[in-house]
Amino acid sequence: MVGVGRVGTRTEVTDRLAPSPLALERAAFRRSRARRSTLIAVVSTLVFAAVLVLGVTGSPGWPRVRATFFDPATAWESLPAVLAGLWLNVRVLVAAEIGILVLGLALAVLRTLRGPVFFPVRALAIGYVDLFRGIPLIIALYLIGFGVPGLRLQGVPTDAAVLGTVTLILVYSAYVSEVFRAGIESVHPSQRMAARSLGLTHRQSMRLVVLPQAVRRVLPPLLNDFVALQKDVGLISVLGAVDAVRAAQIAQANSFNFTPYVVAALLFVLLAVPTGRIADALSARAARRQGAV
Amino acid sequence: MSEPADPSTRPGSVVLEVRDLVKHYGDATVLAGVDLAVAEHQVVTLIGASGSGKSTLLRCVDLLEEVDDGQILLDGVDVSDPRADTAAAQRRMAIVFQGYNLFPHMTAAQNVALAPRVVHGVPAGGAEERARELLERVGLGAFAGAYPDRLSGGQQQRVAIARALAVRPRLLLLDEITAALDPELVGEVLAIVKELAEGGMTILMSTHEMGFARQVSDRVCFLDGGRVLESGPPEQVLGDPVQERTKRFLARVVAADRPI
Repeated sequence: MVGVGRVGTRTEVTDRLAPSPLALERAAFRRSRARRSTLIAVVSTLVFAAVLVLGVTGSPGWPRVRATFFDPATAWESLPAVLAGLWLNVRVLVAAEIGILVLGLALAVLRTLRGPVFFPVRALAIGYVDLFRGIPLIIALYLIGFGVPGLRLQGVPTDAAVLGTVTLILVYSAYVSEVFRAGIESVHPSQRMAARSLGLTHRQSMRLVVLPQAVRRVLPPLLNDFVALQKDVGLISVLGAVDAVRAAQIAQANSFNFTPYVVAALLFVLLAVPTGRIADALSARAARRQGAV
Repeated sequence: MSEPADPSTRPGSVVLEVRDLVKHYGDATVLAGVDLAVAEHQVVTLIGASGSGKSTLLRCVDLLEEVDDGQILLDGVDVSDPRADTAAAQRRMAIVFQGYNLFPHMTAAQNVALAPRVVHGVPAGGAEERARELLERVGLGAFAGAYPDRLSGGQQQRVAIARALAVRPRLLLLDEITAALDPELVGEVLAIVKELAEGGMTILMSTHEMGFARQVSDRVCFLDGGRVLESGPPEQVLGDPVQERTKRFLARVVAADRPI
């Protein structure tokens, strides 16, 4: 431990001292140990990959599975339809995320209201979160996607994609409101006191002092929920909306080959990767601005 | 004290009067009937051991805590009455906290400009300009664009003072504003307070810096057991206290190597 510290501090010194035999011997030991660790990691990775590949490709059913799930020709054929479906997913994703953030934030703020006057509002917000956090998404989709059009009300949308988006907003905003609430509560009460002492109203101190700090703190978990939403938009296919999953299903039904599903899955993964990197970059930036780095 | 700058205000008029103030936290009685008055352009200093109720008193005066009994009169108006306009009263006072409580997501200038902009309706440009002037005045003109976490404790506290001054308070409250600072940073903060006091600002403050209290105060109040046990000119209370408890407190402060 002491040796590590010395190496760390020495890197900043321009006119460094010549290392003692002791330091040279320790550095050599560290290098040899690092080499050994790298070697072990490489070998174990190769062995694991070989076992996996041989285990799967050597299995008796592999030729059949390869033909059914990994057929390049079918993949290429289904790609345009699946991509067109994915465009619907992306639009639903954007619309739903905006709705989720607005509704989630509103719910979180409503739950922070104090005083007996706001009891009904608070109780309603709590009930909402309990309900929509507890209900399985697919059942919520069925209830709203098939139940609402069944009411035959004038002016209520019946489009599967629209109803799917509404359901996603309802369910996800329950999660996201809890994330926002945790962020709001993580802001120290002294901040609110300082705002109040300056004469800011409750609303002003919430909007200008508490929420900016809260949102910055919960950005990583919010983006995590966003990635979860990215793949859950595929569930609107159960309502009949022709999204990437539905398009893959149609292609599968035509070709009796499951490769289109794999195509859709890969596209969803490609969609999620940039979000993950953006999440990393944003939390690093937030940490820098708060002076934590 | 210097002469009042504005001749229309009567010299010596009482800005703050605290009458028989009582505050409980659960079963604990923190303030057990405090009486206190601060006249215009006066500096009144609260001293006393930790837990004697100094901070609670200041927070009650700033209406950040609800009082259980007694009255707080600001310019003769009872602002502790639940029917009184709390926000309006708070707009006429400003407090500086021991822990600075700057807004970490705003630059120094934004911290200072916030209340004038959103509470007092000063246009953004004017508020920003005045913020820079105030930061200049506390010696931080070069740090207007800096976030609080980039500033030292002393610098943060000076920003907090500038933020309090930005609302042009009738009464400035200072709650042990040097208690969280490293000893070498205390001087820079106290120098500003001294300047404010000389400029005629009406100040009610609590401090453990007895030498400073003696220099700037018109009156010193020794708080003990939730009451003002002894009060008077600093030379008397700090130099020749009447009460036994005051003597013991001051002796302890001296023993703790705090210059008097």
